[in-house]
Amino acid sequence: MSGATAISPAIESFLSRAHQGEARILLELQGLPQRRLEAWRYTPLRDLDKTGFAAPDAVSVDEARALLARLAPEALEGHRIVFVNGVAIAALTSLPDTVEVTDLSVPLLADRPLSVLNNAIQQQGIALRVAADVDAGQIALVSLVTNGDQVSTHLAHQITLDTGAKLTLLDIQSGEGAYLANPSLTVSVAEKAHLTHLRVQQDSLEATNLALVNARIAEHGTYDSFTLTLGAKLSRHEVLAHLGGKHAIVHVNAAQLLAGSQHADLTSVITHAAPDCNSRQTVKNVLMDAGHGVFQGKIYVDRIAQKTDGYQMNQALLLSEKAQIDSKPELEIYADDVKCSHGATVGALDDEQLFYLRARGIPHAEARAILVRAFLLDALALVTDEAAYALLDRRVDAWWQKREA
Amino acid sequence: MPAVTETREAVETLGQSTYKWGFETDIEMEFAPKGLSEETIRFISARKQEPEWMLDWRLQAFRAWQSMEEPSWQKPEYPAIDYQDAFYFAEPKSKPGPKSLEEVDPELLRTYEKLGIPLHEQAILAGVEGAGEQEARLPVAVDAVFDSVSVVTTFRKTLEEAGVIFCPISDAIREHPELVKRYLGSVVPVSDNFFAALNSAVFTDGSFVYVPEGVKCPMELSTYFRINARNTGQFERTLIICEDRATVSYLEGCTAPMRDENQLHAAVVELVAMNDAKIKYSTVQNWYPGDENGKGGIYNFVTKRGACRGRNAKISWTQVETGSAITWKYPSCILAGEGSVGEFYSVAVTNNRQQADTGTKMIHLAPNTRSTIIAKTISAGHSDSTYRGLVRMMPKARGARNFTQCDSLLIGDQCGAHTVPYIENRNMTARVEHEATTSKISEDQLFYCRSRGLSEEDAVGLIVNGFCKDVLKELPMEFAVEAQKLLQLSLEGSVG
Repeated sequence: MSGATAISPAIESFLSRAHQGEARILLELQGLPQRRLEAWRYTPLRDLDKTGFAAPDAVSVDEARALLARLAPEALEGHRIVFVNGVAIAALTSLPDTVEVTDLSVPLLADRPLSVLNNAIQQQGIALRVAADVDAGQIALVSLVTNGDQVSTHLAHQITLDTGAKLTLLDIQSGEGAYLANPSLTVSVAEKAHLTHLRVQQDSLEATNLALVNARIAEHGTYDSFTLTLGAKLSRHEVLAHLGGKHAIVHVNAAQLLAGSQHADLTSVITHAAPDCNSRQTVKNVLMDAGHGVFQGKIYVDRIAQKTDGYQMNQALLLSEKAQIDSKPELEIYADDVKCSHGATVGALDDEQLFYLRARGIPHAEARAILVRAFLLDALALVTDEAAYALLDRRVDAWWQKREA
Repeated sequence: MPAVTETREAVETLGQSTYKWGFETDIEMEFAPKGLSEETIRFISARKQEPEWMLDWRLQAFRAWQSMEEPSWQKPEYPAIDYQDAFYFAEPKSKPGPKSLEEVDPELLRTYEKLGIPLHEQAILAGVEGAGEQEARLPVAVDAVFDSVSVVTTFRKTLEEAGVIFCPISDAIREHPELVKRYLGSVVPVSDNFFAALNSAVFTDGSFVYVPEGVKCPMELSTYFRINARNTGQFERTLIICEDRATVSYLEGCTAPMRDENQLHAAVVELVAMNDAKIKYSTVQNWYPGDENGKGGIYNFVTKRGACRGRNAKISWTQVETGSAITWKYPSCILAGEGSVGEFYSVAVTNNRQQADTGTKMIHLAPNTRSTIIAKTISAGHSDSTYRGLVRMMPKARGARNFTQCDSLLIGDQCGAHTVPYIENRNMTARVEHEATTSKISEDQLFYCRSRGLSEEDAVGLIVNGFCKDVLKELPMEFAVEAQKLLQLSLEGSVG
């Protein structure tokens, strides 16, 4: 069968690095997802198929340290795990005693192309476990790439929180060169446990980032996530969240700020598989130049998931003639006693609001900045941790200054 | 809680007996040979005395269809259709005389009487509830399509005097070939999709409406579709053209007998609106939905599309979908004229094992185009209902606007309601707003009504009607009454 369909240079390079097993077979059979696949209609990986990706070279500790200071200065202090070019840098890693490093065992999701790719090549990753009722504080998970032309990384991480455990994961991804990052994060939140996941994706503007988060949340557990997407020429952040116990909570909030010809896709599938659960999504897109934002959010409510409370809001601000947004908020509901809603708005800056500010003597550029920041605030304000909020705010500010300059 | 339990029980006990249009009329029919081939198409074309170009057009569509794959992305699931195991042409044997009602087979007239269609003015007066309270009403011109052929068109003369052409499309092909040639397939091309290609190859009749420049059609136009014969598919084709500043309101209704096997209905409707023209297209779809176990019923796979080609043209779709085992259609608007307007108002009700996947597409090509989408979905029993819609703002659609609201109501815990909107914006000055909610009838609302002396069924009826009000008020009077009755019947048990 594979003889009949041509295998792309990218797939060929992946197969040459893949482990034997189911994922490899699926990868060879399916290739990279294209437009025909409904879940990928707005983000086909046609261009990615054209070139091969090698395994990156290892770097010295000094190089890694310099890279960390340059690309993720926020992680210089405090607990952290650092990966450079797909390899853990032990000398830069410092973990609190409250967490335990366990063996990695990442499930393969055969119907998710990103899981298949990650699983087939899977290099390293870290599996952390926080024991019952322990608050492990904040840990930075930093994944960097350098000398990144035509290389790819496929890190797989796992976070497991036992009953009542607590952790804040500051997930920073960045790099230099035209690489592909294809990380996966498997999250397991037990009863009453609470994971805060803050992700900053500021990859090189020539890079591609295809990330998958697969989270399972038990009774009264919370997975509270916020993703800030600033980098990569092409990126996708795919979140699968499974609410498996009563009163479980999931937040998938995000802001995507795109310029040049960047394309960023936020796709989520939130499965309400137990009664009384709560899901919240606020996703904001600020699109400049020929930036292309994509939002696909699905709330699935199982028959038994009565009293579900699901909410989804996707908004896009188009700041240029060439900017584009594709939005597909989706509800699939099989229980009758639910409260589910979604909303989407797309448009330019409001002329009246601009006029209001200008009439009060505020210069045009500043007025624009105020309105854009106000637009983003709805999403950013959902980050309650002060330090984390300050970090995100700084990065947004720097991004805006650079674009407006 | 008990009220809802009762409702649910009542819904569950709903049987096929509630489909009162399930009778079969015993009329001698003539069929084309069973199955689909070039011969069938040649037979249909010959029987309709069509010109050569029409036959060529059909054959071209048939070849396109043969090379196409049946789509499978939709939510409803159905067993494979054997396209060779159906008749593509069935005609009442007694030649209908479109000139006067007397020439029509009395059996046929009785059928329409049973359907409650206002075939002549008396019937209009008698058939419309609350007619007495109204001032003198506009008469309604009716084109009735029985299985494959149009049997009678009323008020043709009056309309002709106004310059309006309203006739079966097979007549139009013979009498107005230049118009048909120019517009047929111009909105829905023959190879647009699998079912449109099939329709283009084998359509047997339907309505043709042409409203010339500056004419406001003096009465509502209406078509009643009826599938009667066994093992037939109905493939009607409707083409409505409104020239500059012309206006028309068109109504469509449909029923079918109760049968155990499924029947395919694959229609194509094309609308063309020029400068400042207005077309209002209303549908009350009540094909046989199958019994409570999902046996039988119509597969309603329809392509409906309107093109606003002129400046400030307006096309408005209103639909009340209560029937069919499976409804699968997306009445759409292509807004190509500057300032043109597209509207879509829909109520889709599913009960028992019915499935619906319906919505709209609004394609904004020109500046300052506007569209509104209001979709209300009600699911009961074991049914599934999906709203699927696309709003696309193309780069030239400066200042375009869309507002979309989708609301779903679930009655019972064995049904599903789904919303799948696609929003694509390529112009920064275009504004799109979308909101959707899913809920059930709240105990508070029920309690409020019940404590004021309403029976449980009346209370649910009141709430459902309120839920659908935004759409029902868009229907012409005649249909609004019928639609409300249908809503109640479809949800009988839960709606008084």
